[in-house]
Amino acid sequence: MLFELDPFDNPTGELRSVRKAVRHDSAEKHVSGSALYVDDVGTPAGTLHVAVGGSPKARGRIARLDLDAVRAAPGVVTVLTASDIPGHNDVSPVGAGDDPLLADGQVRFHGQPVFAVVAETRDAARGATRRARIEIEDTEAHLTVETAEAAGSHISPDFEIVRGDPVEAFGGAPHRLSGTLAIGGQEHFYLEGQAALAIPQEDGDMYVLSSTQHPSEVQKAVADVLGIAINAVTSEVRRMGGGFGGKESQAGQWACLAALAARVTGRPCKLRLDRDDDMIMTGKRHDMLARWRVGLGDDGLLRAVDITFLARCGFSTDLSDSVVDRTAFHTDNAYFVPNIAARTKRLRTNTVSNTAFRGFGGPQGILAIEHVLDQAAHALGLDPFDLRTRNLYGPDRDVTPYGMTVFDNIAPDVMAKLEEVSDYRNRRQTIAEHNSTAPLLRRGIAITPVKFGISFTATHLNQAGALVHVYTDGSVHLNHGGTEMGQGLFIKVAQVVADEFGIDLDHVKITATTTAKVPNTAPTAASSGTDLNAMAARVAAARIRERLAAFAAETYDGAAEDVRFHDNQVIVGNRSVAFSDLARQAFMARVSLSSTGFYRTPKIHWDRKKGEGRPFFYFAYGAACSEVTIDTLTGELRVDRVDIVHDVGKSLNPAIDIGQIEGGFVQGMGWLTTEELVWDDEGRLRTHAPSTYKIPTASDVPAEFNVHLHDGINREEAIYGSKAVGEPPLMLATSVHSAIFDAIAGLAPPDSRIPLDAPATPEAILRAITTIREGRR
Amino acid sequence: MQADRDAIRILRRGKTVEIPDFSPTETLLDYLRLRDHAIGTKEGCAEGDCGACTVAIGRLDGNGGVVYRPVNACIHLLGMADGAEVVTVEDLATDDRLHPIQQAMVDHDASQCGFCTPGFVMALFALYHRSSPEESGRAAVNDAIAGNLCRCTGYKPIVAAALEACKAPALDGFGTIETARKLAGLDDDKSLFVGDETRFFAAPATIDELASLYVLHPDATLVAGATDVGLWITKQMRPIERVIHLGRVAALNSIADTGDALVIGAATTYAEAWDALTALDPDIAEVLRRLGSPQVRAAGTVGGNIANGSPIGDTPPLLIVLGSEITLRRGAQTRVVPLQDFFIDYGKQDRGPGEFVESIHVPKPGPHTQIRAYKISKRFDQDISAVLAAFAFDIVAGEIRDARVAFGGMAGIPKRAGSAEAALRGAGLRDFDRWTEAFDALVSDFTPMSDHRASAGYRLQVARNLLYKALVEVSGAETGTTRLVGYREHDDALRT
Repeated sequence: MLFELDPFDNPTGELRSVRKAVRHDSAEKHVSGSALYVDDVGTPAGTLHVAVGGSPKARGRIARLDLDAVRAAPGVVTVLTASDIPGHNDVSPVGAGDDPLLADGQVRFHGQPVFAVVAETRDAARGATRRARIEIEDTEAHLTVETAEAAGSHISPDFEIVRGDPVEAFGGAPHRLSGTLAIGGQEHFYLEGQAALAIPQEDGDMYVLSSTQHPSEVQKAVADVLGIAINAVTSEVRRMGGGFGGKESQAGQWACLAALAARVTGRPCKLRLDRDDDMIMTGKRHDMLARWRVGLGDDGLLRAVDITFLARCGFSTDLSDSVVDRTAFHTDNAYFVPNIAARTKRLRTNTVSNTAFRGFGGPQGILAIEHVLDQAAHALGLDPFDLRTRNLYGPDRDVTPYGMTVFDNIAPDVMAKLEEVSDYRNRRQTIAEHNSTAPLLRRGIAITPVKFGISFTATHLNQAGALVHVYTDGSVHLNHGGTEMGQGLFIKVAQVVADEFGIDLDHVKITATTTAKVPNTAPTAASSGTDLNAMAARVAAARIRERLAAFAAETYDGAAEDVRFHDNQVIVGNRSVAFSDLARQAFMARVSLSSTGFYRTPKIHWDRKKGEGRPFFYFAYGAACSEVTIDTLTGELRVDRVDIVHDVGKSLNPAIDIGQIEGGFVQGMGWLTTEELVWDDEGRLRTHAPSTYKIPTASDVPAEFNVHLHDGINREEAIYGSKAVGEPPLMLATSVHSAIFDAIAGLAPPDSRIPLDAPATPEAILRAITTIREGRR
Repeated sequence: MQADRDAIRILRRGKTVEIPDFSPTETLLDYLRLRDHAIGTKEGCAEGDCGACTVAIGRLDGNGGVVYRPVNACIHLLGMADGAEVVTVEDLATDDRLHPIQQAMVDHDASQCGFCTPGFVMALFALYHRSSPEESGRAAVNDAIAGNLCRCTGYKPIVAAALEACKAPALDGFGTIETARKLAGLDDDKSLFVGDETRFFAAPATIDELASLYVLHPDATLVAGATDVGLWITKQMRPIERVIHLGRVAALNSIADTGDALVIGAATTYAEAWDALTALDPDIAEVLRRLGSPQVRAAGTVGGNIANGSPIGDTPPLLIVLGSEITLRRGAQTRVVPLQDFFIDYGKQDRGPGEFVESIHVPKPGPHTQIRAYKISKRFDQDISAVLAAFAFDIVAGEIRDARVAFGGMAGIPKRAGSAEAALRGAGLRDFDRWTEAFDALVSDFTPMSDHRASAGYRLQVARNLLYKALVEVSGAETGTTRLVGYREHDDALRT
């Protein structure tokens, strides 16, 4: 069958659901407590509970593992170690073989899972873990990127994206600056911790309910660990209580442990990590150290940018290669730099393995160049906004360092609009006046842009499948490979399917993601969930619609191409038939009412060896203006006002998209301000709970917080001209860091660097101020 | 021990539920999820910091009505709920109609992943039942949800929903006369003892019974709000076999105003003591506003914050500079100790076996006393202080006649700054040399430690800067130019 779908419009009738601010499909369930998460699903009789025991040291050989007291604890059914694994003791998402399910004789980070207790209750299992006697023969641990670099401890070779000759251009530039920027990591802090329920099936098969962004990977990992074929494992997820990348690769281990326990005991087994264990045992956003050099002309144009990122990958490979690649891809952000090097080192450290987190390495690249621009503007005495706009991509300056043309560049428009709606110029003046008279509280303002590449840079992941059924009453069953973690994917896809059939949205049943319906799926990640799955679902629905159109034309004497689906009716010539009636008639006439759909992103390609290609289908843009006040005595910070202009193409659902923008911004703001991960000298994470790790609360959100959707349409053929929205808004929060920089910079002489790292905690802000003041003395 | 009652009773969905069989450390959350199958209430952190497990506890308000307070069910012991109505998220909607809070949340797109949502709904349910329109502005809403973390929405739609739903008076079928009547029926004077001598949950009804029970079981764990003990259970998994809950002892749950002082029963919650304590001084009110969260303040007690001896409790430095004393009791014996002397060393207090804190005597600031207090933490709301600074300056004719300076987070105990105080005594309000002497003296008063909240250097620097800030303010500066949060009326300053 050959058919064409208009990517920007629907020829069968007007769009009634798409582009409407339809509320989240689970909203009423959320507020009434009836939305089910893994831990809420009724468990079969005899379900056991699993808890994990972690390593007491950061690195070394397990000299003695005495679990007798654990086994003897009340309620304990069995205790699992690596030797109980029938298949492979590895859950690496990339097949690196360095991610043991349970420690394999060596421990590589403090808290690494060494054994698992299976007990009648969760309390019994957790309590028993504390009775273990683990003796580790210590080896010197590499806890920081500096020590790992000195020791030559890498997970993979260095990688760089280079254009021109940044070294020579730097040397010849009239203005040269250099420095370092420490960029903190970030804990996902999804409100629902990692959880999985494994239920043994006949023939040794395994069913796993998992809170995962990647059910296909869970399925494969469970099969690998159990040593069975992939078709013997079914993995399902209805919804997650947040993911943010933290349940992309990192959900697998817990699903595998639950499945292993279920295999060994023959009983259903549930594993729900305690929050502390979750924070200690699962990876986070990569913290990085950026060593930067920048050369500018007298005109404020960038001549050379040369940044080396030392990324702390943790003990294993996990997704770090792709994550750190994306750092390099985004070191240009929205700027044309004729000579640029984004160099990356991927350091293997004895800390938890860092992983995907909203932005996936991009935020570190963007923060670095924005910080460099702040330093440059300060040194050159330019308004940072002017320096930024001057250096944006533009006509004849529109090719990225990796050779992709920025064909859809709207950054200048977005910046101009934001300059206007934020009243930037006047406010900067007001702030300058305030600062000249206020010795203790100082204010700062900044506008920063975001240009974020959309597509998995691992090209093969840019594919999706869907499965749509129409039943004889005209009700529709929708399934696809994407997962719902709160981002509104399911409702967006349902909107597309409803409009394909011209039926009301509530006739479309949204169903749990399961590997039994749509196989071999990509993770719901890289902001791509809607782009991929809505397209696949539309294809599936359109196939059924075409069959129905043909059937209607034949039955009611019309032309198939003129059949319209609208308002729950099917219109053939002058006749109008209820969609539900047509479905029943089609069934009686033996017309298939079920179809799969498949989509793969066109046009993209990437040659990593050459560092060239078109890794991204398109770019999403945005800009934010933040104003802050800092207390120069304590370093405390208040974000006073934020204005955002963000590009979602032509929004599929403005309510959902604005929610993503606001939520992403606040999450990014947390990353750059209050969220501080602290490890001690032994490699123990000291901030392993919300009592010590501080994500923003309601009062941290600026009192004035204005979000504007950019009026535009995706120039690429994405679903109905929309754009991905999951990750890009997080990086709008760099404007907060820049505004803090601005507030501090007013205290410093122009020839000085502003030593402001991230996160800008009160202590970090006060340290920067103190350093500046001491330098002045 | 003469046990009068051997089962707890709670009000659930209009019915009295009697629970005779429970472990002394069973949490309300586990009861709700595992036994009541009320799975709408979620566990997010099991330490009372994320609010996903928030439920509303309804009790008689003393005026014939019912007051609903949000608590973190994850660290609330089941036994503590005795005599209360327990309202969970499932209970709010009627047959086909969402509760006004729920409907507003839906209308404003205030949920994304939905996992935190039940907790927000219940925290806002409590606000809905307490707020008058003037109390329900953005600041009040922010305070009401300071103990609820959302990682998806950025809070804006949640705040908008709350503002809309709370602008009308509560009208939802909760807190009715009928509910009050049922709660009154549960409100007996009997002591509670569930278990046996080796393992029990006890809640004596009188202070004499408490005193004798604790003498009999000096190794029992005293529980007031369980905002600390709850974590011993959920996080440290300490084997606690005997629990004595203080919440039913009437004499410990009281506040008396003697005119020049407050006498606060040790088990009085922050929520109950709120009006009296916040009236002492705007800065004390501001520290209390930022202490924990509504959930923590609904359960946590002033006495507990003292008795647990934490070096980072927020109230001890405040109470110390006010000159507070505490009354300790063992059996029939009582003694009075200045609060500052109660804290001996890290983890060590002046409290013997079988002895408990009975009450706190808090003198009100005199007409010449200027109070200043500052809480420094990574996040403004619901964060444990890196440094808590409390200052009381007695100022007469532009001179500091006396200064009491105490800090939390600067030593193993809440501690006064003796040298700095000495340097300030007799100093003029413009006497910068004397100020500087006092700043420098702080170095000899304190040797703080470095941890994940702050480095020693930062703590010392901030302590010094806060003393500077306090002096600037009492010398006449507008707090709007000296603070990011917690402004106070300018005319409060410089009454000399």
